[in-house]
Amino acid sequence: MFNIWTIAKREYKAYSSSLTAYLFAFIILLVIGVIFFISISSVMSGMGQTTPPGMDIVLYPVMFLLVFSCPAFTMRLISEENRQGTWELLMTAPVRDAEIVIGKWLGSFMFVATLIGMTVIYPLALHLMTNPGIDQGPMVTGYIGLLLVSGAFLAMGVAISAMLSNQVASYILTLGVIIMFWWILGFFTQAAAAGSVFSTIFQFMNMQSHFYESMTQGILPLSGVVYYLSFVVFSLMLATVVVETRRWR
Amino acid sequence: MIEVEGLVKYYGSRLVVDHLTFHAEKGEILGFLGPNGAGKTTTMRILTGYLPPNAGSVKVAGFDVLEQSIEARKRLGYLPETVPLYTDMNVFEYLKFMGDLHRVPNVDDRVDEVLEMVHMADRYESLIGNLSKGMRQRVGLAQAILHKPDVLILDEPTIGLDPVQIVEVRNIIRELGKEHTVLLSTHILTEAQQVCNRVMIINKGKIVAEDTPERLQSSLTGSKRYAVTVGGNAEGLDSLVGAVAGVTRVVPNQQGGLEFETNAGADVRAQVTRSVVQAGYDLLEFRPVGMSLEEIFVELTRTDPEDLDVPVVQNEAETEVDVQ
Repeated sequence: MFNIWTIAKREYKAYSSSLTAYLFAFIILLVIGVIFFISISSVMSGMGQTTPPGMDIVLYPVMFLLVFSCPAFTMRLISEENRQGTWELLMTAPVRDAEIVIGKWLGSFMFVATLIGMTVIYPLALHLMTNPGIDQGPMVTGYIGLLLVSGAFLAMGVAISAMLSNQVASYILTLGVIIMFWWILGFFTQAAAAGSVFSTIFQFMNMQSHFYESMTQGILPLSGVVYYLSFVVFSLMLATVVVETRRWR
Repeated sequence: MIEVEGLVKYYGSRLVVDHLTFHAEKGEILGFLGPNGAGKTTTMRILTGYLPPNAGSVKVAGFDVLEQSIEARKRLGYLPETVPLYTDMNVFEYLKFMGDLHRVPNVDDRVDEVLEMVHMADRYESLIGNLSKGMRQRVGLAQAILHKPDVLILDEPTIGLDPVQIVEVRNIIRELGKEHTVLLSTHILTEAQQVCNRVMIINKGKIVAEDTPERLQSSLTGSKRYAVTVGGNAEGLDSLVGAVAGVTRVVPNQQGGLEFETNAGADVRAQVTRSVVQAGYDLLEFRPVGMSLEEIFVELTRTDPEDLDVPVVQNEAETEVDVQ
């Protein structure tokens, strides 16, 4: 456990001192801020939307940006170590392969969680601006959902980063896999006959449904939590296996 | 401390390490000498558990590097050929990170102590990315000795350093050899001569010679090589000397004369001097020449002795580092 924490701390520090990470953080906060401003002002001006905006105006764009930014946060995790030659150092230190993988994932997760945490100012502002304030249920479950989904995205990214030595390839493949689970499975669900076995399987496999159909509505279903957590566990196990087999290449 | 038995490693179908067996005791500095591509780095990587061997076993401080990998790694300090550094960290952060991974007690104090040893105490806050090559090498060395390992594996620790730094690093290694078992790879022979208690010459994955540097030199040389210098025109001298029975190789030397080698045990001095004088040359000098470790090395690691005709140039390749 101590080793995992040591590695996670190092990764977190590496993010905090990297320009790319700040750039992504800046873009995320900027985009959310702009969307937030537009939503609020459209209500204030009385044009278009008239009901007070809810948590959606924060959760949806954050989620959308996470799809594209999570692969960027994981793409360098293992390939950069290879480039610097530090991979040899980690592999010959008294640290288990699983500890390296989990530590790296945890480091990236802590950084993304920090970014997500920064967006909390928007719901808080919304709460103060509206009467009687926003529904706190969707806010809490929505944020838990964001953390769960980003954890799953990052775990996938770690596994792919372990497989590919090229950072760009790692970004593209991770993004592809995320899009597959996040959007394309939804189309499959619609294409399959309603009520059929396939439809049920696709429905459960679809990453999006667990988030949008309950967590943004103030519901935290056990199935969804288990789904995302098992995604994390499975991806990290895969990453560990990949790291172990790399020794034998 | 290090026990290697029958180590075999293939890269694809290419045999890189060929049934290597050797041992190193506590307090020994073992030099691993060989040309590029001889299998030095591969062997070291197997010893550290980074690469698995195809056959054979490695024990470090009594622990098998495959079966009891974590235990073995705890007792091992390793400086790879490309110094593994996180360029975005400063020296202190980096060493503290490594110390934490090795569970070094009182890691802050130990980092200070180690930085003192490698003469980097004044640079502990410097960003590693901004350090010079020599300083990076020293930080890498500091990382390797941080957890007081029983066995220290250094892959070409002085490569790319300037002469002053080389002397410093060699002194550090000698100092470390008092408490640790050091395995050091190099292709610089003077380095092995100066630093190591024992030298193994490895070529194509095999040990071709193993002894103390001094004994290696004397056992392989004796006085079976002689230099001949004549006055005036030395044309035709080489074929004349080469024709004497027992002479194996004739090489012209820098002084306008030549050097020749004889079969072990054959004493051809009388015949050579007689035939030189009888042919009308003015014999100015006739003396035995000891082979330097460089030449032994070239001799032992030549692929095909007949194809290569290496001129005898004393220590030229190493003059730049030979400052001691």
